[in-house]
Amino acid sequence: MHTDTQSGAADGTSEQAVAAPQTPVVELQGLSVRFGKREILKNLVCSLRGRSIGLLGPNGAGKSTLINTLLGFYKPSDGSARVLGHDIRTETRRIRALVGYMPENDAFISKMSAVSFVQMMAELSGLPPSAALERAHEALFCVGLAEARYRELGTYSLGMKQLAKLAQAIAHGPRLLILDEPTNGLDPSARQRMIRMIRDIRDGRQLQIVLCSHLLRDVEDTCDGVLILNQGRIAHYSNLEEERKANKRFLELELYGANGDFTTAVEKLGCECATTANRLKMILADGVEIRDIYRIAAERDVRIRRLNFRRDTLEDIFLKAMEP
Amino acid sequence: MAVYRRTYTSYSGPLTPAWSRCLVLFRYSRRNLFRSKLQTALFVLCFFYPLLCLLSIYLAHNLSFLEKLGARTQLLSIDNKFFFYFMNVQGALGFVLTAFTGPGLISPDMANGALPLYFCRPFSRAEYVFGKASVLTIVLSQITWIPGLILFAVQASLAGPGWTSDHLWIAGSLILSSFLWIAILSLLAMALSAWVKWRVVAGALLLAVLFFGAGFAQAINAVMRTQSGHFLDIVYLMATVWNSLFRMDSERAMSSAAAWIALLVYCGICLALLVRKVRAYEVIK
Repeated sequence: MHTDTQSGAADGTSEQAVAAPQTPVVELQGLSVRFGKREILKNLVCSLRGRSIGLLGPNGAGKSTLINTLLGFYKPSDGSARVLGHDIRTETRRIRALVGYMPENDAFISKMSAVSFVQMMAELSGLPPSAALERAHEALFCVGLAEARYRELGTYSLGMKQLAKLAQAIAHGPRLLILDEPTNGLDPSARQRMIRMIRDIRDGRQLQIVLCSHLLRDVEDTCDGVLILNQGRIAHYSNLEEERKANKRFLELELYGANGDFTTAVEKLGCECATTANRLKMILADGVEIRDIYRIAAERDVRIRRLNFRRDTLEDIFLKAMEP
Repeated sequence: MAVYRRTYTSYSGPLTPAWSRCLVLFRYSRRNLFRSKLQTALFVLCFFYPLLCLLSIYLAHNLSFLEKLGARTQLLSIDNKFFFYFMNVQGALGFVLTAFTGPGLISPDMANGALPLYFCRPFSRAEYVFGKASVLTIVLSQITWIPGLILFAVQASLAGPGWTSDHLWIAGSLILSSFLWIAILSLLAMALSAWVKWRVVAGALLLAVLFFGAGFAQAINAVMRTQSGHFLDIVYLMATVWNSLFRMDSERAMSSAAAWIALLVYCGICLALLVRKVRAYEVIK
């Protein structure tokens, strides 16, 4: 088979070229998607950046529709979006060359061996047959299906099928990996393996990840940023780490020598407190600083052995976003 | 890179040109096609009649040998009827081959939801249909117009330039009639398998469309005392077109132009079904 002389170029363009770091992974520009009279996505405006972005939302929020629209499966009814700097309306083919996609539902060819399946998919992405075969073996080793790679996909368990889907998504070396509910139907240990694998791929820093899930834990374990959708609208978008750091009002103290006086004094500052044994949980009132707590402790000869900021979990962020 | 390295690595090697991607589908589908011994046997069986025809042509030009055998020499005339019957036999065999192989091309992808995996790559729906249809086109070509043209060439070489110039139109008829039949069979097989998503059912449905269609057409003709029921009979339509292409004298209930139009409408319906069904995800409005 003939090959382009240009390295890593499909369709005569440098599709594999690494996007500039400042280029957002996904840029939503007033994107709306309508099926008949039903508006599924409503005027989404956002710029998603980072190594791995989680798409969160309750069932029916529009997560999968957003992914399918980004891949060009659905046409936007209004607005547009850019994936790695390419417009989804006009550059679908280029986007698809840069993306590896792992769909939510079963997607395989039952009579094919895993290695043939992944090789075929890599060839369809533009790899020459020999390179595709090599990459298929590598991808199946990478996802942990090395021993079963010559078995027919129809004989695979659900967890193995998920891994095979992941293998076909990474075999052609995409710049962006889109994972739609990657842990669907997996038992806890298989889920752990999948999450570890996604983290390894992310930490390899060779591609960016968009992970779509309704499981908060999956997103929390693998993503730096999160876009929360609710009823087709953006409910929240943030960098998880920054979000966690931003909430420094909730404190947990481990005390020695404390009595009711200390708690009363803190409450007089306007802080809400809850005591359990020698621990005190409190929400700092506006205008109250940590040094005020230390001052009160010093005045009452109370030793603060440990002071922790309680970080917001993704669940807190999610619930806040879901509030009407 | 050695396969024991289990970390993900990006790919920076050369890529194939976009136009060649549908050949990937052709290669893999063809490989799967001949994995079945039954289908391979059926394919081999399709070459017996062309071989018999080849022998007939040879014998027709060796009358002394026939006379020695005591056979009537006038039985073997190589003309438009000869090629018409050749097309009929090979067309029927092509239909049986399609009923076995055609539904297996698309239905496994549909049944297991593999279409999003094809279309999330730089690979269009048209390329997918073209890649799959090319398998049937090549296989059916190998048993219809290619052996037909070989027979024509053999006959032309034995009969001389006079016969060739008088009968050159037969070569065109062979190609045209074959391609029309191949198009109808391929599109019908793919559309039905895309519609029902189950290989066995799609095969049965293909048989039903052709056989029950004929029965249904006869019933309509008998009950309504009309000839328009023939429009539901694809085999009859095809036979009408072949009759006209091979300049046969038999009476037909409809004109060849009407049969052509009806067959093209069927092709259009099949294409519309494929456009509707062959997509990454169905949109439920």
